[in-house]
Amino acid sequence: MMQLNFDPDRCAACPTQDCLVRCQYLRLDRDTAKAEMEKIISGKDSFVLHDCATCYACEEYCPMGNHPFYLIVERQEAKGILPAPRPVIKMWINQCKPVGKFQVGQLQERVLSFCFLPQSFFLATGKLFEGIASSYIYGQEFFCNAVYLHFARMSVIKERLPRVIENIRSQGIKELICLHDECYGTFNSLAQAYGIKVPFKTVHYFEYLNDRLKELKDEIKPLNVRAAYFRNCSARLSPGTEHFVDDIFRRIGVERVEREYDHENALCCAEIIRMSQGYKLADDVQKRYLDDMVNAGAEYCAFNCPMCQLSVGEKVARRGLKPVHIIELCQMALGEKPVPEG
Amino acid sequence: MGDIYSALVDIVGKEWVSSQKEERYLYGRDPGLTLPHEPDYVVMPRTAEEVQKIVRLANEEKIPLVPKGGGLALTGLVIPQKGGIVLDMKRMDRIVEVNEKARYVIVEAGVTHGVLKSHLERHYPHLRHSIPDSPPIATVVGNAVIHGQGRLAQQYGFNSDLVSGLEVVLPTGEICRLGSCSLSPYWFSRGAPLPDLTGLFLGWFGTTGVITRLALRLYPAKKMRDVMVFLADKGEQVPDILLRLVHTEMVEDLLVNFQPLPIMLQGNYNMLMYITGDTEEEMEFKRKMLWETLWDYFESRDGGFMSVPEIMKSPYLAMPSKDTTRFADVRKGGGFEYSGPIIPLEKYPDFVRKTEELAEKYRLAYSTIGRVIAAGHCMMFAFAFSFNRADPDEMARVKEALHEAARFSIEQGGVPWKPNVSEQKLIMERMDPVTLRLMKLVKQSLDPSGIMNPGNWEMP
Repeated sequence: MMQLNFDPDRCAACPTQDCLVRCQYLRLDRDTAKAEMEKIISGKDSFVLHDCATCYACEEYCPMGNHPFYLIVERQEAKGILPAPRPVIKMWINQCKPVGKFQVGQLQERVLSFCFLPQSFFLATGKLFEGIASSYIYGQEFFCNAVYLHFARMSVIKERLPRVIENIRSQGIKELICLHDECYGTFNSLAQAYGIKVPFKTVHYFEYLNDRLKELKDEIKPLNVRAAYFRNCSARLSPGTEHFVDDIFRRIGVERVEREYDHENALCCAEIIRMSQGYKLADDVQKRYLDDMVNAGAEYCAFNCPMCQLSVGEKVARRGLKPVHIIELCQMALGEKPVPEG
Repeated sequence: MGDIYSALVDIVGKEWVSSQKEERYLYGRDPGLTLPHEPDYVVMPRTAEEVQKIVRLANEEKIPLVPKGGGLALTGLVIPQKGGIVLDMKRMDRIVEVNEKARYVIVEAGVTHGVLKSHLERHYPHLRHSIPDSPPIATVVGNAVIHGQGRLAQQYGFNSDLVSGLEVVLPTGEICRLGSCSLSPYWFSRGAPLPDLTGLFLGWFGTTGVITRLALRLYPAKKMRDVMVFLADKGEQVPDILLRLVHTEMVEDLLVNFQPLPIMLQGNYNMLMYITGDTEEEMEFKRKMLWETLWDYFESRDGGFMSVPEIMKSPYLAMPSKDTTRFADVRKGGGFEYSGPIIPLEKYPDFVRKTEELAEKYRLAYSTIGRVIAAGHCMMFAFAFSFNRADPDEMARVKEALHEAARFSIEQGGVPWKPNVSEQKLIMERMDPVTLRLMKLVKQSLDPSGIMNPGNWEMP
């Protein structure tokens, strides 16, 4: 049975209770935050378990290296709390069930993980992926499963993640470049929190892009545009990769606009929130996030997660911003994709 | 027989008549499970006058005559059970008139839904018709004759309800106009304020005459269209959910699917609701109203809306939907048939349970589709089974399952839709005998020689 590495003593010694004090949805004072975390740790009921928007942020805010979000998810499931309607959870669990329809390219030592996101096939093209584009894995069998954190189904993750890791290992993969940010977060945060061994090296695609841009620096034509970075929920699981966004932007001549809702204070696409908390909160979060980008004078909205782009890309465009994936932005700087007009 | 062939050639020209094996083979079957039976002749008229001459010929020769549109009913309704002439209406393919102000279109009997949709989109983008989810080659007239339902069924009812006039060649050869067009140049009403005689031809499967022209009501085509998907997993809650959605008067089409494949849909009732509007504000208002009307299901966690990225909505928004075609090949043999009774909405959960039972009993791949009709007055429920045409055992099992489904439907207060011959018999056995006698009188009065599509609606 996989146990979460969560140390109650570390939590008790926390000077800030930032996990809940900084929560953008609950907004608790320190005393309440401390009291509610104690209830959660001891297995008692807490309104936090019921009202959690599952944004992942507390995992990043925790200054003690504990895992408050994973603990919340564990407790929600143990108590039968449904963060989203039961049929919606069922649909998600069905959707990503391994059914033997995975795809494996011509694998080399370094392999691209397309997770279960078909958009990856369109992103991993051109000079940035020269020599490696055909070395990929794709499908439910390689899907990181972290999405079930949103649905209080740590049991599904515990059941499927070790199999996913074994599926990857059994392909002889030594180094996995994760094109889905959430995969990287899963292997480097979630797996570690449960002591699940990951027998291959993982690289975030930000780091891969940054290295490739260094190699291709003579071919880059700076874009000289201003962009807002659309940070996403799973970026909370790998905050150490955040600096690569600035590095990449600098290399391709993109100014990251200063905003209220960026970095640790970022919001999210809110489409999971729409399913779990309803349209009012989701609309409010999306409006604040996009208002912030527009008000900061951004021309582009640069996505990290392809699912966020798919979910809100059109809304972004309706606000006058150009929705692009960060990879596409790099491809524009390399002259491989047209720079949108207007 | 040779004389009939020559007479048909004299009427329509040599290239539009056939008694060749190839044509007789093709016109002797449909994509469903009904056993084939070949016609003696196939003829393709171009005008109502040609139809009139063919009908008179059939009357003189006492030879069966089977009018045929797209031939997609799946229940063998245009398979010539007693041979004779198949009257393929596809050459009568003119869109005669679109009256923008009175909002109707007059079409000849061979005009297809696909052609009508394209015509309206191109020339009258502010108007639309209720397009069914059959393949686009389904004809407007054929669909109305079988009481088909289209994408506006929730708001306006069966496509036969949307008919606003008919031109018919009677089985004795006279051409007759029904509705306002019987005395006015306008085809705005099928009956009112006159007696409505169109019912003598709709639902009769060509056994009372040949429809040569039909006027169909058109409706506003809004600039924007969207779909929302609500999921529930308790069948007994579905009727209430659907009726609440109907109550908002904001949903133009309302469907509910329950099926084991694709796996994502397994175990849930997937309700698709379509909304339209001319502005983003109008659309947003409607979305919110639909959310609010189901809010307590959402709060209780018994049901919820699925977020569907805009780019992934295209399969849902396609008109006609391609889902049926996809399902038809689940068994990789291209066979598909369904029993689609019209049922009281409250019976929906029982019908889903029955489908599961039949699928298990007969070892079949299944899908169910429910479409709400006319503000919830009733629902079309499809027990759908796909099969491999190369597997006669599986085809026999599907046939048995569909027959059992039809019996169940009648026992539950439903009425089989576009019933095949054996289902027609089931209906007539249980029908009020006075009604049956009236139907017989109508049939005998209109078709005294009994030449029209014999085998169908044959009253004892």
